[in-house]
Amino acid sequence: MSDHRTVLSLRGATKRFGGLIAVNDLDFDVAEHEVLGLIGPNGSGKSTTLNLISGALPVSGGTISLNSQIISTLPAQQITRRGVARTFQLVRLLPSMTVFENVMAGAVFGHRRRWGHEAEAHVMRMLELVGLDRRAHAHPSELTYIDTKRVELARVLVGDPKVLLLDEWLAGLNPTELEEGISLVRKLRDDGRTIVLVEHVMDAIRSLCDRCVVMSSGVKIAEGATDAVLNDPEVIRAYLGEDDA
Amino acid sequence: MNKSTYSDVLIGVVLLALAACLPWVVGDFAVTLAVNIAMFTVLATSWALFSGPTHYISLATAAFFGLGTYTAGIGLDYLPFWVLIPLAGVFGAVMAGLIGLATLRLSGVYFVIFTLGLAEMTRQVITYIQNATGQKGILISIWFMETTFYWMLVGLAAVIFLVGWLIGRSRLGFALRIIGDDEEVARHSGINTALSKVLLFMIPGAVAAMTGAMMAPRYGYIEPLIAFTPMLSFQVVIMALLGGTGRLWGPIVGVIPFSILWELISASFPNQTTLLLGLCFLAIVYLLPNGFVGLLLKIRARVSQGEGF
Repeated sequence: MSDHRTVLSLRGATKRFGGLIAVNDLDFDVAEHEVLGLIGPNGSGKSTTLNLISGALPVSGGTISLNSQIISTLPAQQITRRGVARTFQLVRLLPSMTVFENVMAGAVFGHRRRWGHEAEAHVMRMLELVGLDRRAHAHPSELTYIDTKRVELARVLVGDPKVLLLDEWLAGLNPTELEEGISLVRKLRDDGRTIVLVEHVMDAIRSLCDRCVVMSSGVKIAEGATDAVLNDPEVIRAYLGEDDA
Repeated sequence: MNKSTYSDVLIGVVLLALAACLPWVVGDFAVTLAVNIAMFTVLATSWALFSGPTHYISLATAAFFGLGTYTAGIGLDYLPFWVLIPLAGVFGAVMAGLIGLATLRLSGVYFVIFTLGLAEMTRQVITYIQNATGQKGILISIWFMETTFYWMLVGLAAVIFLVGWLIGRSRLGFALRIIGDDEEVARHSGINTALSKVLLFMIPGAVAAMTGAMMAPRYGYIEPLIAFTPMLSFQVVIMALLGGTGRLWGPIVGVIPFSILWELISASFPNQTTLLLGLCFLAIVYLLPNGFVGLLLKIRARVSQGEGF
């Protein structure tokens, strides 16, 4: 991946909640067209890191930059417009709107803004991509769990973001859905999308991530090619706990 | 889709034209009632433009209305009446913009309390100033026929319906609906939520101030309790909710029956109006949480479902 240029880069990114340091001095880069897994045990600061990148939370220190421009000082909506789009750990759809309108929200206001027929056509393309074109006029309450996740994915894809942040997008799916979900993310990877994947599901991490950054207690404990990282004794120790190792 | 929205506009134009002809058909008492209906149509429709999609309940209508009334009352010594109406609109928009900047970052509940407090505070401040200067109220030196008030209001209503229709088709209107559903999603979709809310909140602010300015000559004599009556803010909310805020024409469906009902209540029970207003509010919230519009859409959905089976 070293032949690709860096798109997203964290330098000393830190988040304090009072006395608690949730993310401590975190450095890593995401290269163009790369799928980077951000993994680690519960409470290790993965989701907080995603919240810092997307601007849901302000950083307490350090910088985050997109294409060498610092974005960590910007509000969330401007970070989205610069080209970082995210899904939410607990799916968040707009309950009063149809699937089509939900995705339209990303098309009208996202990184690449579209309006009118152009936006409508692009929304339909994205719904086809995630396999929901037949449910365009359904309401979120009528959808299965994985379909709500597909809507959210289409909503972030539709703005043509430079970086996609997927926050446990595969969590909570049953085995069949998980397979569908993995192949959908693989399709995005094959399309050359740049993705940061916060994930727990090991099968997904193995089959999707080019590289992984492993966090534990707010710090990075390992980084590298997925297979190497997952066999790293320190990573195994972090996952299993100090006493069991 | 476009065809039906343009036919909506045509229907709107025809209905407004018919409404404008009303004074030639009905008697004096009916025109007085029609002025009230037109006034609340203007206030409730513009209120719903902002509060409908965002679910931020504003109780500041009286503050803007009073601001407009006083703009006309004080300004008549210096400027012609027709200049004072748009001027009041500018003042109302600026005041709404300032309130918006100060409060719209807060969540809904704080916004309700703040707007209520603000309206009361404005009234108290004006009262204080008047007491300090030894002035009691302001006499309005001009006078109009009831029909003139009515036509001014119908004209303003036409403008509001046009603006509301345009907003409904715009990015701003769509942004407001997204904000009302989930503000967090709105932000992460790339919407400047604070700016969108402040911009749209300026519309009911401007409209209520313009309405206040238009109505000043009708009062003849204005003092804080008339211009800034808190009852007005509540009436607007109740009427808009009764009609339903899901559609542009929703509030007017609440305004017409409620204005007539109100006329009866204040004629028959002049001392219990506040109590009865409260009861009406409770009844509407319990029985018609989405107003007549919500009821209509529910019935329509049921009918079309019935056809499907």
